[in-house]
Amino acid sequence: MKNVLPFLPVALGVCLLLASFLAPLASSSPDGLERVAEDQGFLEQAEGNQVWKSAPVPDYEMPGVGGSGIATALAGVAGTLIVFGLALGLGRLLVRGRGAGKSRADRQAAEDAGGSISR
Amino acid sequence: MHIPDGLVSAPINIATAVVAMGVGAAAVARARRTLGEKKVPILGVSAAFVFAAQMLNFPVAAGTSGHFLGALLVALLLGPLNGFLVMAVVLVIQSLLFADGGLTALGTNIFNMGIVGGLGGYGLFRLLTLTLPRRRGVFVAATAVSAWFSVVLAASVCAVELALSGTSPLALALPAMAGVHVLIGIGEGIISAVVVSLMLGVRPDLVLAWKPQEVKA
Repeated sequence: MKNVLPFLPVALGVCLLLASFLAPLASSSPDGLERVAEDQGFLEQAEGNQVWKSAPVPDYEMPGVGGSGIATALAGVAGTLIVFGLALGLGRLLVRGRGAGKSRADRQAAEDAGGSISR
Repeated sequence: MHIPDGLVSAPINIATAVVAMGVGAAAVARARRTLGEKKVPILGVSAAFVFAAQMLNFPVAAGTSGHFLGALLVALLLGPLNGFLVMAVVLVIQSLLFADGGLTALGTNIFNMGIVGGLGGYGLFRLLTLTLPRRRGVFVAATAVSAWFSVVLAASVCAVELALSGTSPLALALPAMAGVHVLIGIGEGIISAVVVSLMLGVRPDLVLAWKPQEVKA
């Protein structure tokens, strides 16, 4: 496998652009499940039943920020960076502490380093 | 399709959470053995993309929107179990930090979107590409179809859960949920196909499911 490092900032940059510039323009209509719940009259069953009430950024709007577009963009950027960091950290944790050369992935990496695979 | 608290019964939330934990344990065990160090950043970027793209609700009918799910896409990029881990990370954060998807329904949401959508869509993709030539166009077309299917399947399972919970009778919930997600799934198919197409163009080595026909070097 080629080096992933040049790809990373570009891909993460695209994600951050989507979250900051496109997310505020997204449709605010109810989604498929909400639409069905509304139409069939079981949406109220969810109202007031929220168990976890301490979500810091409810409804993808950063609190304390005037202008819902900016609040959405900030929520999007924050969430995108948080899941990026968490998934990265989880991956690191899973890979770490493994005996070198013992896993299939490491053998593959060694092969790639030798340049014998041209994918 | 993020289910809030109060719509699905406790037995279903518990059963799905148990299944989700089982698949999670299998995914962790497999990643420990096989996850390549160079794949780790792709795990992060995939989660970032799924989160960002899920915010982009697009209108599908009057007064109704839908958004990208991403379970099939990440399964193709990283393998179905690593893809499941990415979806689980995103769904947990959406529930805890953004109040999107109820905490009691977290297991059900991970089950529906991560397992039913991700593994179901991936299963169809493997079936579709089993006998077809390993060409780029075929791969992209199979991606679109499987992505559409993953959303419709997850929504249908969600309807079954609502019915089993006594929230809405199956005869009403299933056609309504499947019907609107047949439309939302078209968006899923287009976005997944575009992303896979771009990836095959610039970095085909980062699409795990892509195994091109042997060519002479």
